[in-house]
Amino acid sequence: MTDVKPKASAAPVPDTGLIVPKRRRRPHPVLVIAIGAVVVVALTYVLPPFRNYQLATVGAYFCVTAGLTVLTGLNGQLSLGHGALMATGAYTLALTQNKFMNLPFSFAVAILVTTAAGAVIGLAAARLRGPYLAGLTLAVAIVVPSVTSTFDETFNSDQGLSVVLDPPPEAFPMEQWQAWLCWSAALVVVLLLALLVRGRFGRDLRAVRDDETAARLAGINIARTQVLAFVVSAVCAGVAGALFAVLAQSVSPGAFPLTLSLFLIMAIVIGGLGSLFGALWGAVLLVVLPTLSQSVGEQTGSQRLEGNLALIVFGVVLVVVMLAAPGGLASIPSRITRLIRRNR
Amino acid sequence: MSQFIYLTFDGLSRGLVYAAFALALVLIWRAARIVNFAQGAMAVAAVYVAYSVTNATGSYWLGFVVALLAGMVLGVTVERVVMRFVDHSSPLNGVVVALGLVLILQGTLGILYGNEYLPVETPFSRDAFEVGGVAMLSRYDLFVIGAVGTVVVALTLLFTRTAVGLRMRAAAFAPDVSRLLGVSVGGMLTLGWALAAAAGSLAGMLVVPTELGLHPTAMDVVFVSAFAAAVVGGLDSPIGAVVGGLVVGLLLSYVSGYIDVTVTPMAVLALLVVVLLGKPGGLFSSSKARVA
Repeated sequence: MTDVKPKASAAPVPDTGLIVPKRRRRPHPVLVIAIGAVVVVALTYVLPPFRNYQLATVGAYFCVTAGLTVLTGLNGQLSLGHGALMATGAYTLALTQNKFMNLPFSFAVAILVTTAAGAVIGLAAARLRGPYLAGLTLAVAIVVPSVTSTFDETFNSDQGLSVVLDPPPEAFPMEQWQAWLCWSAALVVVLLLALLVRGRFGRDLRAVRDDETAARLAGINIARTQVLAFVVSAVCAGVAGALFAVLAQSVSPGAFPLTLSLFLIMAIVIGGLGSLFGALWGAVLLVVLPTLSQSVGEQTGSQRLEGNLALIVFGVVLVVVMLAAPGGLASIPSRITRLIRRNR
Repeated sequence: MSQFIYLTFDGLSRGLVYAAFALALVLIWRAARIVNFAQGAMAVAAVYVAYSVTNATGSYWLGFVVALLAGMVLGVTVERVVMRFVDHSSPLNGVVVALGLVLILQGTLGILYGNEYLPVETPFSRDAFEVGGVAMLSRYDLFVIGAVGTVVVALTLLFTRTAVGLRMRAAAFAPDVSRLLGVSVGGMLTLGWALAAAAGSLAGMLVVPTELGLHPTAMDVVFVSAFAAAVVGGLDSPIGAVVGGLVVGLLLSYVSGYIDVTVTPMAVLALLVVVLLGKPGGLFSSSKARVA
């Protein structure tokens, strides 16, 4: 690959609201992550156990939404298969953990396997665009229950597998330990992503998204960039899946339905495609909204409302944000000020 | 051998359903350059309407007709209220909005009808006729062939023999010129969505009784199969959609008959990968230019 000057890769970028304004210098990611770590540790001491468990779930979701927002927001590849990649990570962790009883090793294997899976799907994805890519990854998402029932000696079909874990160190309650585990993984993942995206790789991603021809002329290897983006994002999904396996201490195909993949899309769209902070808000909503809808369901005494209300809310949010503010909720204030200025 | 014959007929009957569904995708793709990922959920909604009507009146046929009408209304609503306002500068946007519609429809259906599989009756027996001890077609298969055949013939006549069909093709092929010549491009788009949604609802009515039953997510796998069928045919070609549907139907029938039913989604994925990587434009794409 030839040397790329920043000027050359700056293809005519449409004002999509995805580009960060240059005026304010952003604090260095390491600083932000360090502050985040302090906040999370403080929270785990204040929150009651169940809230700690939810906090841990947010951390796990944050891993996958951060990875997906880099893929979809910065590189323009829409993946509906990230639920399946999470399942890959979760099942790999469960199988390895139950055999070797070594959690770090299980995580390493889970990451390796999802890297391989991401590379395979990414190689196919790099040749596809728009709806074709969405359709292929949709098929990947649909295949999970089919794989687990076909190879049921390994995956135990619909029942799934339970994950045997060593108890946490005695000084810490289970939930706090889980929150720490999930958030250390999430913060490491997000820090690496943030550093990656700041540099030349991030510029390549955006250039490929905005104008493939211009990017190619600037010497960017399009296919390699796209496959790499998919692999990076798949690894994030794999880590998240492995965390979910640890959190639930079990894995089953029911935990990774198609709606999970759609929820992930909602999470990254609502926070603004391509924004890591947006991915955090998305992850928070993924935990908060179902809880809220469940409590509404309990109050009205309607079981049907419980799971389904969240679906409707997510769907409405997705449609409304896409139609009214494609830059995500974070872009609404700047949109309003721009509107006011224009009208003046 | 007798199993092979049975599976072939079963596959053709199944394939025709996929063909009808793929036709719905192709109609919208040709008119609006959108793959309607909400097609499956829309079809399920129509089947639920039919279920309610049939339960209330006891008449399958009344439910059948109402389902097609409800599908049309839903298609028009989706196009007029939502899809028309999507920013099409990126192909992602249409897909994401359609996925939002999937969530809304599935959630609403779940609240109204619950998330259990509801049993759905077929109007005709599904016991296959036997010719010389070999099971072949059932009455229901004949009904499927008749229904889908009618739709294919009607659509072909509409597009090739009528003024409305000509306008629809013109509006899709050259919107600006058609507008100058007095064609209501927006109206044609809405009509396209209505026809497509009706075809999708028909496919839903035909396929749901042959599967596990009625469920908000009942069409997910069917959607992927039909998408595969449309891709095999090239997304742009109605004839391709029918042929693609038959190919997918036969493949799934053989796979479920000779290997196992649970393997069929993997077979669809494999077919998609092979076709998309081998011939991304579909088997029937001879030219790169768009042929209306």
